[in-house]
Amino acid sequence: MAEITLRQALQKGLSEAIENDPDVFIMGEDIGAYGGAYAITSGFLEKYGPDRIKDTPISEAGFIGAGIGSAAAGLKPIVELMSISFSLVGFDQIVNMAANIRYMSGGQINVPMVIRAPTGAGMQLGATHSQSFETWLCEVPGLKVVAPSNPKDALGLLRSSIKDPNPVIFAESAGLYGTKGEVSEEYYEIEIGKAEIKQEGTDITLISYGHGIPMINKVSEELAKKNVSSEIIDLRSLSPIDYDLINNSVQKTGRALLLDTARKNGGVMAEIATNINEDSGDYLDGPILRVGSEDVPWPYNRKLEQHAMSSVPKIMNKIEQGYSL
Amino acid sequence: MNKEDHLDLYRKMYLIRLFEESCGENYSKGFIRGFLHLYIGQEAVAVGSIDSLEEKDYIVTHYRDHGHAIARGLSTNGLMAELFGKETGVSKGKGGSMHLFDSEKNFMGGHAIVGAQMPLAAGFALASQYRKEDSVTMVYFGDGATNQGTFHETMNLASVWKLPIVFFLENNFYGMGTSVERIRSNGKSFSNMAEGYGIPSTIVDGMDVIAVKETTKEVVDKVRSGNGPALIEATTFRFQGHSMADPAKYRESSEVDEWRKKDPVESFPEYIISSNIASKEEIEDVKKSVEDEMNAAVKFATESNEPDLESLSKDVYL
Ligand SMILES: Cc1ncc(C[n+]2csc(CCOP(=O)(O)OP(=O)(O)O)c2C)c(N)n1
Ligand SMILES: [Mg+2]
Repeated sequence: MAEITLRQALQKGLSEAIENDPDVFIMGEDIGAYGGAYAITSGFLEKYGPDRIKDTPISEAGFIGAGIGSAAAGLKPIVELMSISFSLVGFDQIVNMAANIRYMSGGQINVPMVIRAPTGAGMQLGATHSQSFETWLCEVPGLKVVAPSNPKDALGLLRSSIKDPNPVIFAESAGLYGTKGEVSEEYYEIEIGKAEIKQEGTDITLISYGHGIPMINKVSEELAKKNVSSEIIDLRSLSPIDYDLINNSVQKTGRALLLDTARKNGGVMAEIATNINEDSGDYLDGPILRVGSEDVPWPYNRKLEQHAMSSVPKIMNKIEQGYSL
Repeated sequence: MNKEDHLDLYRKMYLIRLFEESCGENYSKGFIRGFLHLYIGQEAVAVGSIDSLEEKDYIVTHYRDHGHAIARGLSTNGLMAELFGKETGVSKGKGGSMHLFDSEKNFMGGHAIVGAQMPLAAGFALASQYRKEDSVTMVYFGDGATNQGTFHETMNLASVWKLPIVFFLENNFYGMGTSVERIRSNGKSFSNMAEGYGIPSTIVDGMDVIAVKETTKEVVDKVRSGNGPALIEATTFRFQGHSMADPAKYRESSEVDEWRKKDPVESFPEYIISSNIASKEEIEDVKKSVEDEMNAAVKFATESNEPDLESLSKDVYL
């Protein structure tokens, strides 16, 4: 076991893929000479050369689309976006092409491609640069969506995403790149579609993903002070969602709080809440609780931005009101 | 151009320079946050070109927008307060550096998605044409933005509809860490792209404020009189990194040094003095008044209030 950052975990997974599979290449804006907007591919161009590490012009629709085509032709492109907010420029290619092409060709064509993108608010980047579109992409059949919260999951999910024969959206919480964690030196993968119980508990199930997890951990500590035992679920995959694991847990605890770091309205947690209601409704001791970011465009001002985001006090409040805990 | 005109151009360029230096300083101190893209080195472009516009004309630009905002005459108090995230900021502290707006001055943003400002700008031009007004829309963008589909789509639309729009390309030879050589398919100037859409184009030395002003005036006059769109390419250089996060390792310092020799904020006052247009003392007076204005702007930003929490959900809808 070694302790590494989430950034290093991604670097390890990407290097490995480049070294082991000649069909894998990485492309994106300023990933080569510049080393990547968040320095994930720093040093890669020097090491692997311009065929494997392809700098692109600022043409998201163009290079995402070209990635899809090259995947359809049998290559395994990993496309890096500077921000998931910029996925909108290539959305037509992602949704109409990458996600649909297998189905509408009657299964003839696969798109074994990974689109990696930093996501999330909290850095005062304003409305156009702070969004979390991984939750939009969950609605699209044909795409898989994963969002790791720690270095171990980042590496394990990256390995299986690159191997996966389908297009995978790999959402990286920009605020977590420096987060450290233990990563096994032995090879392992983390199956897409499998959530993880990060902590077992009996009174309430706390569910989140990505940068919601550090907040959920704090909530759990607060609850422990009140002698409330919480079970923590890290979704890891947002599409498909591990409903079995979620429902088993909620049926045991009888309570659920869902934390979305994206905007609350129309988020992935609304979907999970409905599923829990349908499959575990009889086991519930009260309403399913949901906390998400405010339904406003992201403001620049720090105080406003922090206020728009979920927070430990907001979640504690919700739990106190919902379950009188 | 008389003495006052010269001193005014200098005043604006020096104001942008000091404003940007102050931004850099206040970013290091943590008063300004998020992404901050400075305009240092490119002052002559915004100042010369905007000087040729009229009040009724629209300006639309990208995230590197402080220079255009100052050249347009947005208040330095309101701009600095915006960067400090204060309620007195031009966008009430909600937009930040990349999203500056002042609709009273027809300054329609500050847009941070590369290329997204171009179709929007065509819309302002369309409205002018529709209302049979003779205002012109000026849209600023960088060399990197020419790679976006929106640039090409908008040029074609503007050409087909003969819109009163000027595409103003600030070629500073880098889009983040990517030099123009690496993204121009034919190794030629960007003007060729415009020609492909039947749009006339002109290249101007973006380090020469008078050349920028005169070229822009000529082009804007033509566009205003109903000849359809035009493109101006100003060659220029940003002396610092792409943003505060960029150490600019992808270029040689000798390249930066070469361009610094043409620094308009240094060379223009030298020209004014050596041509006996104004005296050294008059230049010093301009400097002093700009320094006072900047000190006042930082003070104003520092002392202004943060927006109150209720404002979070204000202005989502009308
Ligand atoms: C759609 C989109 N893709 C990528 C980015 C990130 N980005 C911001 S500025 C920039 C470079 C733009 O270069 P250029 O157009 O030459 O303008 P300059 O910064 O040189 O003024 C990039 C890649 C973005 N903001 N929007
Ligand atoms: Mg540029």
